[in-house]
Amino acid sequence: MSDETKNKTLLDWILQVFVRVGVLPFFLAIALVVFTALSSKFLTGQNLMNVARQSVYLVLVSLGQMLVLISGGFDLSVGTAIALTSVVSATGMVWLSGVFPDAIWVAIALGAFMGFGAALLVGAINGIGVAFFDVSPFIMTLGVSSVGAGLALFLTGGVPVSGLPFAFGDMFGFGRLWGVPTPVVVAIICIAVMWVFMSRTRLGTQIYAVGGNIKAAHLAAIDTKRTLMMAYMICALIASLTGLLLTARVESGEANLGGSIALESIAACVIAGVSLRGGIGRVENVVLGGFFIVLVQNGMNLAQVSSYMQMVLLGALLILAVIFDQLRYRIIMSGR
Amino acid sequence: MTSKTIIRTEGLSKRYPGVLALNSVDFDLTPGEVHVLFGENGAGKSTLISMLAGANTPSDGTIYVGENKVGFDSVADAQSHGIYTVFQEFSLIPTLTVAQNIFLGWEPKIGPFIDHRAMRKRAKEMFDELEFDIDPSEITAHLSRAQQQMVEITKAFHGDLSVLILDEPTASLTDREVDHLFGFIETLKARGVGIVYISHRMQEFARIADRITVLRDGARIGTVTMAETDDHALVEMMTGRAISAIYPEIHKGDGDVLLRVEKLRTAGIKDCSFEIRSGEVLGIAGLVGSGKSRLFRTIMGLTTRIGGRVTLAGRDITRSTTREIIHAGVYYLSPDRKHEGLDLVKASQDNLALNPVMDRFKEKISGWVNWNAVAAKTEAVADKVELTEAYRKKLVSQLSGGNQQKVLFGKAFGQDVDIYIFDEPTVGVDIGTRAALYRLIKDLAESGKAVVVISSDLPEVMNLSHRLIVLAHGRITAELSGDEMREDQILKHFFDESGTTA
Repeated sequence: MSDETKNKTLLDWILQVFVRVGVLPFFLAIALVVFTALSSKFLTGQNLMNVARQSVYLVLVSLGQMLVLISGGFDLSVGTAIALTSVVSATGMVWLSGVFPDAIWVAIALGAFMGFGAALLVGAINGIGVAFFDVSPFIMTLGVSSVGAGLALFLTGGVPVSGLPFAFGDMFGFGRLWGVPTPVVVAIICIAVMWVFMSRTRLGTQIYAVGGNIKAAHLAAIDTKRTLMMAYMICALIASLTGLLLTARVESGEANLGGSIALESIAACVIAGVSLRGGIGRVENVVLGGFFIVLVQNGMNLAQVSSYMQMVLLGALLILAVIFDQLRYRIIMSGR
Repeated sequence: MTSKTIIRTEGLSKRYPGVLALNSVDFDLTPGEVHVLFGENGAGKSTLISMLAGANTPSDGTIYVGENKVGFDSVADAQSHGIYTVFQEFSLIPTLTVAQNIFLGWEPKIGPFIDHRAMRKRAKEMFDELEFDIDPSEITAHLSRAQQQMVEITKAFHGDLSVLILDEPTASLTDREVDHLFGFIETLKARGVGIVYISHRMQEFARIADRITVLRDGARIGTVTMAETDDHALVEMMTGRAISAIYPEIHKGDGDVLLRVEKLRTAGIKDCSFEIRSGEVLGIAGLVGSGKSRLFRTIMGLTTRIGGRVTLAGRDITRSTTREIIHAGVYYLSPDRKHEGLDLVKASQDNLALNPVMDRFKEKISGWVNWNAVAAKTEAVADKVELTEAYRKKLVSQLSGGNQQKVLFGKAFGQDVDIYIFDEPTVGVDIGTRAALYRLIKDLAESGKAVVVISSDLPEVMNLSHRLIVLAHGRITAELSGDEMREDQILKHFFDESGTTA
């Protein structure tokens, strides 16, 4: 009898946690247990630090993806924004460092801005299509991702752009600021800014409102078109920043960077409780969601799961997360 | 008595965690009677019928069909017992034809293929029998709401119908269509079909009801025959208080012209001219489809404008966007709280916070949100609309219709505007909440704001307004005030074909 009541309260507690934060805590716990059992190297400080460093890129892109998801759409072209940024900024830096050999940081900065510009264009086109022409976000961003990927390959002829200024890779790829790897510093700043943006600024609130009920938002005097535009453009901008960090890491401009990141970032967001119906999502959970995906990939590597099988598992994980999201939505709406 | 019932419940209860939605309710229905369920929103009417319809399973108690104890697993299961329900939310697929909808799931076939011709023919026969004037090959989305309702009812005529449950069937019907529906209910009664009927419109009960069961807070307060009761007694049973003072006395203010509409035209609206004055409640009456809502949606920039001029305090806003008009001081309350009004997956207070966040408080730097100020303002608004403390943190989707409407009203007070346009402000709202909302309208008008009330509920517009504009076929057919606002006068203008502008 007492066992039964104990079981009941445990079940209630699990349900409560599930409704409040979603499926992520359970997935995280399962992943930790499974991979610790499979590999002795998994649960070590060294490895977890490694995961944290590798997850920077996905966490960043997921933050942008979160914005678009909360606004009620999604962005399949984040990978393209990364590739385009990489190619454009690398080309720019190589060319500019030839023009100003003495002012290498000017060349790097200008090259980076060219990359940002290219990505912003991608975001703006997405935004215009979705906000002004009512194209479904799926088709719009899918189309743009093809256009962008094609352009990136066309610009480089499919060959990586090499000969980047040494200082660029040295600083943003492998460098450290106050003893912390630069990409991690960039990510921390970004996370803080996004948190403030979503919870303290009017535009952040507008994005939640538009995703929650776009007609109601319109009747609340919110410029819904501008809000959608901003969501897509900020998403592209963050993807672009990630593109720069990745370019610094590989020390060349590559058109195939960010190939699978659209799927991964959507998975990270959904697992972290961002609703695919829009209107719901929290920055801190999404950070953890991005970390989780990389943790699983790292665990699978240590457990010697082949990269092909990893693709299968990642896709399955995404679908599972959506199923749980659907379940959670139903529980929330029915008021249990 | 018992031997004659077609459906009967004993001690029927439904428990959700923390809420007893239905508390041990006994209910019975005899062949050929219309049994009305009456009560405020959240009283348990919908819960009761959802269990009779098989859409929900009881936590306690039993349902008997005839003499047999039954437990329905699904709506289809209930239908196989001859119980058919027309829910408020239609189950029609908008992209299919009417005939396809009616025969969905049991299409007539030739071998493995659907026999479309037979389907259309039989649908036509069913419509003829019911005297519904609908083309079976029309795409469902092209029908009016009233016609869709008729299709929904027609769907019930498969197999042997013994119980028909109608949930607020007249909410979107015109008077003529209501007459038609009632005539049709009479035919069903003559055939021995039992009808469970839910409605908020008491004036309908005298015409069709045999017995009335009143529910309050999930419990049955009593069952009375129509012959031995009246409106006052019913309202007292429903609310636990008397009918008086539902409509407050509203004092008329000075009446400066705030908004002037001149010869406004759009699809379905022809040359409408009128004025909105401060300190006054302007009522807008008309049948469903008369354009009364469309007229104001056009003014708000929600529908494209074709011609005419709208000036707000001397400023031309004919071509302004909705956002600019709201900022200029006009608030529009949507009649559709679920689709246009509220963010259902957020808490009530978050819904209320949206307008204060968007309002350009003067002391605040634009772009940053001062959550403390917003929270204070939200709290004040929630107090004002009398939203119970416990509901403020709850998700809007979990509130009853009446409380959702309070939240929607609260959104109107999140900013300072001069003109409030309330489009169907009390649709599907119980009397207790109505009285509260009417008091808010009174406060607004008496504080010098202009209030427009668009409503299909004639007593509501008549009792609230100082001035009443009647629309028919997209034209203003009358502008009445004072003693002219009598029911017979207004109704006459409802059907005015000439369209002379007052």
